[in-house]
Amino acid sequence: MKYVNQPMVKKDAMALVTGKPVYTDDIAPKDCLIVKVLRSPYAHALIEEINTDPAMKVPGIACILTYKDVPQQRFTLAGQTYPEFSPYDRLILDQRVRFVGDGAAIVAGETEAAVDKALKLIKVKYKILPPVLDFRKAKDNEILVHPEDNWETKMPVGADNKRNLCAQKEESLGDVDALLKECRYVVDRTYHTKANQQTMMETFRAYTYLDHFGRLNVVASTQVPFHVRRILGRALGIGASRVRVIKPRIGGGFGAKQTAVCEMYPAIVTMKTGRPAKIVYSRYESQICSSPRHEMEVRVRLGADENGILKAIDIHTLSNTGAYGEHGPTTVGLSGHKPLGLYRNTEAYRFSYEVVYTNQMSAGAYRGYGATQGIFAVESAVDELAHEMKMDPVVFREKNLSKEGCLFVGYDGSPRVTSCTLDKCLARAKEMIGWEEKYPCRDMGNGRIRAVGSAIAMQGSSIAKVDVGGASIKLGEDGSYTLGLGATDMGTGCDTILSQMAADVLETDFDNIVVFGVDTDISPYDSGSYASATTYITGIAVADACEQLRVKIRELGAAMLDTEPDQVEFDGKRVYKLNGEGEVSLEAVAAKGTSGNNTCLQACATRSSQISPPPFMAGLVEIEIDKETGALEILDYAAVVDCGTPINPNLARVQTEGGLAQGIGMALYEDIQYNDRGQMRNNSFMQYKIPTRMDLKNIRVEFIPSYEKSHPFGAKSIGEMVINTPCPAIANAVYNAVGVRIREMPITPEKIAMALEEKKTE
Amino acid sequence: MLKIREYVKVKDLEEAYQLNQKRSACVLGGMVWLKMGSRNVGTAIDLSGLGLDTIEENEEEFRIGAMVSLRDLETHKGLEEYTRGAMKESLRHIVGVQFRNCATAGGSIFGRFGFSDVLTMFLAMDSYVELYKGGILPMEEFAGMKRDRDILVRILVKKRPASMAYISQRNSSTDFPVLACGVSLFEDGGAKVTLGARPGKAVLVKDEEKLLKDFLKKDPDRQKEAAEAFAAYAREHVRTGSNMRGSARYRSHLAEVLVRRALIQAGGRENGN
Amino acid sequence: MEIKFWLNGRKIQAEIQADTLLLDLLREKGCYSVKRGCETANCGLCTVLLEDKPVLSCSTLAARVEEKHVVTLEGLQEKAEELGGFLAREGAEQCGFCNPGFMMNIFAMEKELKDPGEEEIQEYLAGNLCRCSGFMGQTRSILKYLEYKKKLREGEGR
Repeated sequence: MKYVNQPMVKKDAMALVTGKPVYTDDIAPKDCLIVKVLRSPYAHALIEEINTDPAMKVPGIACILTYKDVPQQRFTLAGQTYPEFSPYDRLILDQRVRFVGDGAAIVAGETEAAVDKALKLIKVKYKILPPVLDFRKAKDNEILVHPEDNWETKMPVGADNKRNLCAQKEESLGDVDALLKECRYVVDRTYHTKANQQTMMETFRAYTYLDHFGRLNVVASTQVPFHVRRILGRALGIGASRVRVIKPRIGGGFGAKQTAVCEMYPAIVTMKTGRPAKIVYSRYESQICSSPRHEMEVRVRLGADENGILKAIDIHTLSNTGAYGEHGPTTVGLSGHKPLGLYRNTEAYRFSYEVVYTNQMSAGAYRGYGATQGIFAVESAVDELAHEMKMDPVVFREKNLSKEGCLFVGYDGSPRVTSCTLDKCLARAKEMIGWEEKYPCRDMGNGRIRAVGSAIAMQGSSIAKVDVGGASIKLGEDGSYTLGLGATDMGTGCDTILSQMAADVLETDFDNIVVFGVDTDISPYDSGSYASATTYITGIAVADACEQLRVKIRELGAAMLDTEPDQVEFDGKRVYKLNGEGEVSLEAVAAKGTSGNNTCLQACATRSSQISPPPFMAGLVEIEIDKETGALEILDYAAVVDCGTPINPNLARVQTEGGLAQGIGMALYEDIQYNDRGQMRNNSFMQYKIPTRMDLKNIRVEFIPSYEKSHPFGAKSIGEMVINTPCPAIANAVYNAVGVRIREMPITPEKIAMALEEKKTE
Repeated sequence: MLKIREYVKVKDLEEAYQLNQKRSACVLGGMVWLKMGSRNVGTAIDLSGLGLDTIEENEEEFRIGAMVSLRDLETHKGLEEYTRGAMKESLRHIVGVQFRNCATAGGSIFGRFGFSDVLTMFLAMDSYVELYKGGILPMEEFAGMKRDRDILVRILVKKRPASMAYISQRNSSTDFPVLACGVSLFEDGGAKVTLGARPGKAVLVKDEEKLLKDFLKKDPDRQKEAAEAFAAYAREHVRTGSNMRGSARYRSHLAEVLVRRALIQAGGRENGN
Repeated sequence: MEIKFWLNGRKIQAEIQADTLLLDLLREKGCYSVKRGCETANCGLCTVLLEDKPVLSCSTLAARVEEKHVVTLEGLQEKAEELGGFLAREGAEQCGFCNPGFMMNIFAMEKELKDPGEEEIQEYLAGNLCRCSGFMGQTRSILKYLEYKKKLREGEGR
């Protein structure tokens, strides 16, 4: 391996750092119509009348669309493999608006000023309806978010729109209630996480135009080009074959762009007007009408015996999918399956859930995808249980955590732990943070106290038996290779790491690989970059395609040497006879490929996996709390990760640091608040505070790789898991510091200070 | 979105004043706050050609032009020395350097925003505003006035010798404060204590019971006692409210903590200096 | 209205509205490195140099740059490659969307602060948000870059 496991500089790095115009809005045609959406000020209403005449008279307005102008076939915006688990509950515009920010009309015009003016002139008469704003009261509420008869679900997920249910299920092993009764130590606690925003720096955006075949071309900042193609084909009623989707460079995604949040608006404008059209969401729109994390309330019951063996786990999750069901039925599954997978001694478990509709912004996919919420709950409860037993929570974890070779209990992605160094990760993280000396806390005098907290986490590597990785590789006439990808680099560097793998399989220079992605007309099919899929499943496809191409190069080389393929070998530079009596260079084979040739020097591979091998990690934190103000500072965060072989150690490290930073944001700062009219108040970067570099001082990351045999280089994916430890680790540290248990994210200074005040008065 | 019909870079204050008499007119500060609103401005009045972007310092006072940026205030050596770093501390958490290069002292003071660190700091000093028509007014009086159509020209800070401190509690390091406290302990025996981001506009906490009189002359134990007593008084008497960043209850709790800490820090006896 | 100003060392003329923001004018003039990440002056993506000082072009009226010098990353391509190399070698550039504004502020910091410590650096750059990197890689890059520049300077001094 020459390039795998090396810190290669990203192939697109210099374009990015020199500020080249490579993003959607940089390359959009200058004559695009500007598209904006008129948004509902009400959480729940019916449009009784909508008058667009005065707005249409604004000079430069090209088209205004209302619910009367859109196809009536419902669809989902969730970027998922067909048939989607998410219900078909959307129209491009609907007469019923279901949250503050839902679309009421689409306006397109020559300039932004004209569009802004027209938006103000559209007269909408709303019949205001009572909204469902409390997700705990949504199920079987008399107010229905989706009363319509053409609401549809393609999959048996327990959905019922007449009960505000987007999904429900219960699964179990053994008799968990009976076993909990037998357990010497039991905790029963409920935890709450909010609908955090991904806040990638580039907001949602896309532009569309018709090509010379009259097909709709969509250039979009998306993680899921192939799904967008299918979704738009259905939403517009034109079929996927009339849609082509191109992904340029993307300014971050984190799951947000696994939902086709904005593409349908310019698309329908282009279909109606025949003109290029562009939409760029404001940060305000990205905050109030997008695809954030599902708010969840997770009740956890754990039981352990007197020796500290975790025997029974009962998890019930209530998830708030908001006004539409994107990713609702699927995210919730991870809130149980991932935390269950962390522990090996479980003799009985139950995992049940309900996903409900409310009149709030629709949720979507955000890094961690339900696992983050579930792991916060279970990893907090594990600490609470350990404290009941007066046992060091790390010792408790050591006794119970999953190990390589064990059977998984409750994890749906694989029957067996195929690769895992979690025990070593935890041991190393303990050393790094100085757990033995620092647990639980040290009083620093001056009203300050320092403490440590711990958590472990896992995720998956692609969705087993569903996700598809695709790769094509071809030899160019100069001996260079072009790697075609359908996976979507959104800054993470997957174009680069997949090229590293290709270079090693082909035994060629890294610089000899040209990488291309994504254009749905040209790229091989790939589900897209989500579910921690790319390194693992697309990596497998890349290696496979490259192996196939090697065979073809050998075949053509053998023919050039007048021999049989089994009489030659290819070493990346030349095809040579095994008997040493002749060779042809790769360049010669490549040139031959373009002249009098009948061998296609191109290979394509499509791969999915029967298992989703989880990456694992331990995250240990040291904090300092000011007991009077409640202010909390993170002094040190030690994370040790097993993602199998890190294909690119630099990029894996930055993934981890970035995920931890987002997790810390969720744990400490990002406090989603709605008012009683259903307006989301954190509608800007002024009111939704993500961490700055002054908030994050010391994050340390190390790797202890296992070797995942189902991957050609022993790799697993890493993208999502890294967000999962901060919430529980910090909450656990707060308890260790001051004896206050925070069960609702975020952990604000106020919550700590006020809880300490209450303790004082008790 | 902010709309502006006409932009005028004025030649003198009289022109600015005349233009500003229309309700739709607006004097431009650094634009960072103005731009966030969706105002329809008729005439945008730019004072940046009037040389009001300098801080003049003499024996008695600092004369701070309305167009001085927050960053200039933060990095001004004289102010840093006079306020013993409190000025810098009051500003360095405000978003970022680029933001503070844009935002102006005049804009921040004229806006009299509830969240304003700047007002909280200036109110704690012996400071005044110079208005084009209204003349020189104490900062406290100006803070209490309704917005009118006069032009804020300068901010004046008298160099009344004092020991100062500024402390804020924030949910994250560059956020608005949940509560902010400014303290000046004057060598002549007087004192000013302010609380800002209550979340209402910054107020002076009046020392009705003379608890802080001659604070700097007290020994450390007496300072501590006085600080505690005044902090309890502040908690009791300063009205706080709730917003997204914190509840009234937490703010009142913080009022006591921050006032006490700021007084002790400004008193400076704790570290023996 | 018409204005004249210096853009990346060249005097240019532009037709603007009274409320045209510098950010939009710069993109119109082909400076696509200048990005908008929010509408509330909080993200730092739109940072450019105005008379050598870093400012938020989203909050600066185009009318106000009359006869002034504006510099974007397009005008500092060599420096961008030099500093960018340090970011790239850490993998810290990630999606790249925040990079131009971030780098402009680093260039400003280099001019303004002499041998800044890590805390000073963090404070100076706090107004530049990044959601990908978690900042650690950026800090590693900056420290190495500053060290490299210092060595260069010392080399020249000898």
